[in-house]
Amino acid sequence: MADLFANLSLGFGIAFSPFTLMLAVIGCFIGTIIGALPGLGPSNGVAILIPISFTLGLDATASLVLMTSVYYGAMYGGRISSILLNIPGDEPALMTTLDGYPMAKNGRAGDALVISGVASFVGAFLATIGLMLLAPLLSRVAYSFGPAEYFALYLLAFSTLGGIASNNQAKAALASCIGLAIATIGLDNNSGMPRFTGGNLHLMDGVDFLVAIVGLFAIAEVFFFIENHGKGSALGVKLEKVTVPVRDLLDSKWTMLRASVVGFIAGVLPGAGASLGSFLAYMSEKAISGKKGGFGTGVAKGVAAPEAGNNAAAGGALVPMLTLGVPGSGTTAVLLALLMTLNITPGPTLFSDRPDVVWGLIASLLIANIVLLLMNVPMVKIFVRILQVPPWILMPGVTMVSFVGIYSLTGSYFDLVLMIGFGILGFLCRKMDIPTVPIIMGILLGSAMENKLRDAMVLSGGEWTYLFSSKISTGLLIAAVLGFIAPMFLRRFITKPQRVSD
Amino acid sequence: MIKSDRIFGLVVVLVALAYVASATQVQTSFLSDPVGPKAFPMIVGSIAALCGAVMVLRPDEEPDWPELRTFGALLISVIALVAYAYALKPLGFLIPTAIIASILSYQISARAVPAMLSGFGLSIGLYVLFKFILGLGLTGLPKVLVG
Repeated sequence: MADLFANLSLGFGIAFSPFTLMLAVIGCFIGTIIGALPGLGPSNGVAILIPISFTLGLDATASLVLMTSVYYGAMYGGRISSILLNIPGDEPALMTTLDGYPMAKNGRAGDALVISGVASFVGAFLATIGLMLLAPLLSRVAYSFGPAEYFALYLLAFSTLGGIASNNQAKAALASCIGLAIATIGLDNNSGMPRFTGGNLHLMDGVDFLVAIVGLFAIAEVFFFIENHGKGSALGVKLEKVTVPVRDLLDSKWTMLRASVVGFIAGVLPGAGASLGSFLAYMSEKAISGKKGGFGTGVAKGVAAPEAGNNAAAGGALVPMLTLGVPGSGTTAVLLALLMTLNITPGPTLFSDRPDVVWGLIASLLIANIVLLLMNVPMVKIFVRILQVPPWILMPGVTMVSFVGIYSLTGSYFDLVLMIGFGILGFLCRKMDIPTVPIIMGILLGSAMENKLRDAMVLSGGEWTYLFSSKISTGLLIAAVLGFIAPMFLRRFITKPQRVSD
Repeated sequence: MIKSDRIFGLVVVLVALAYVASATQVQTSFLSDPVGPKAFPMIVGSIAALCGAVMVLRPDEEPDWPELRTFGALLISVIALVAYAYALKPLGFLIPTAIIASILSYQISARAVPAMLSGFGLSIGLYVLFKFILGLGLTGLPKVLVG
């Protein structure tokens, strides 16, 4: 406990410097806008900003504070487009549309926005406290992880991501393989020999994950807008005066607390955590309130539960990302890319070697949350106005920002063309219901996964049974197999709610 | 009825097999570990081929592909983006951005005047933002003109 307070005061010492505080506020503001804009969600928003923030020459702590504020901000802002437009910014935000959009259509758009804003705050705040308590513990456990355990952990992340977050196991596994295969391009770490470069000098260093992320998330989104001709993003509901619905908030206080706990626990699971968080939070509250709860028709609890769960899961997903280097969602995968760009290796050593980074980050998350609550409840009307930017201005803008970002980072035509290629791949994959997050995870984790496997085999002298030699690794491998197979059977009983249509 | 999943699955199987085949050709150096640089790609490629085969055998519902005209719009956008990638360095930021942003804007909403206005606006607005507020090293105009 004494440790915790010492660490926190170190963190707040960093976070309360005027410069860091300013970055947190700017990050929250930009993040909320990004989240609120239709077609931009936490992952593609953070993705296009990474190259830019990197070229600004901020130091590690500063850019981490800026980008995680953007991340939290986008989680908050995402609810605005979910509720008013019925367009979720990312997979987990889908659950918010189920009750949020009907509520807005019933003329209670303002109430829905305030309830979800407060629920976001409760979820994110509790999750940040959970992160503070759990991460140091987990990092101590992670010290005992050898290469075999890490390999099993990576496998678990891929299989749960494929098993839980997707509708088709083969397609999810294929997506992971595409990512892993892309990660093998370039010089082999161990032997120094080129692999799969086809003699192309640009490919010797491998494929830059930022190029892949911006292509798959941002450029692919632009193609989707071209396909729809920007339809479906017009504001269909009116937002009258925004007041605070005190009754509804008091009524749903237990819902928010329960949903936060459920969301946080789900978020900590490596792999599919974040989208599972809002799903479980919504479904369990629906079950608790029963038929007369009226879930799906636009009730306050139906807005509070997924939003608290979603934001708690976003905080929870930071736990495996920081302590083990395994992201729990698409956006934490993007944040992992940020850490890797900044030359910070996440893992147990991060907590002992760079306490300034970790605790500065945690302290600024706490600050960001309060800033976001203040920003999102009284100022919600401003963000609603921004949301009315027409897509024919917004999407070309997103494209140009992506190009400038990647260009100023790598300075090569080849990477820009590669980014367009990833955009096309992302478009095709999403059309065919192949998830793109596993591709990103594969590119990010591929070389680490291969290295751990090879290190394990060096230790054991080529004996494959070494992978099952410890309790932890065996447990993780079994969980990986179950996490991949179980959803195939469960899918018959539990159907994921689909988007409500007008 | 031809299913997209079947075609895509077949392409995946072929690409995966080609990938595995080229993995067997990877050079190994004398400094090698028990696994070597070939095994991991071969495993990944085999799993991918298996997934492709599953897609061929058990295809999902057909996605609703856009009509031909929309494919035309997408093709134009891709060509414009590739041209933009190559134009950015020799021609500077302002002129290519204005042209390409107008083209993209027109593909999303087919009205010429607003599209051109948004192209010009974005070009100048983003230039000011990147160059003067964020301080990125962009060249605004063609190198030839500036000298």
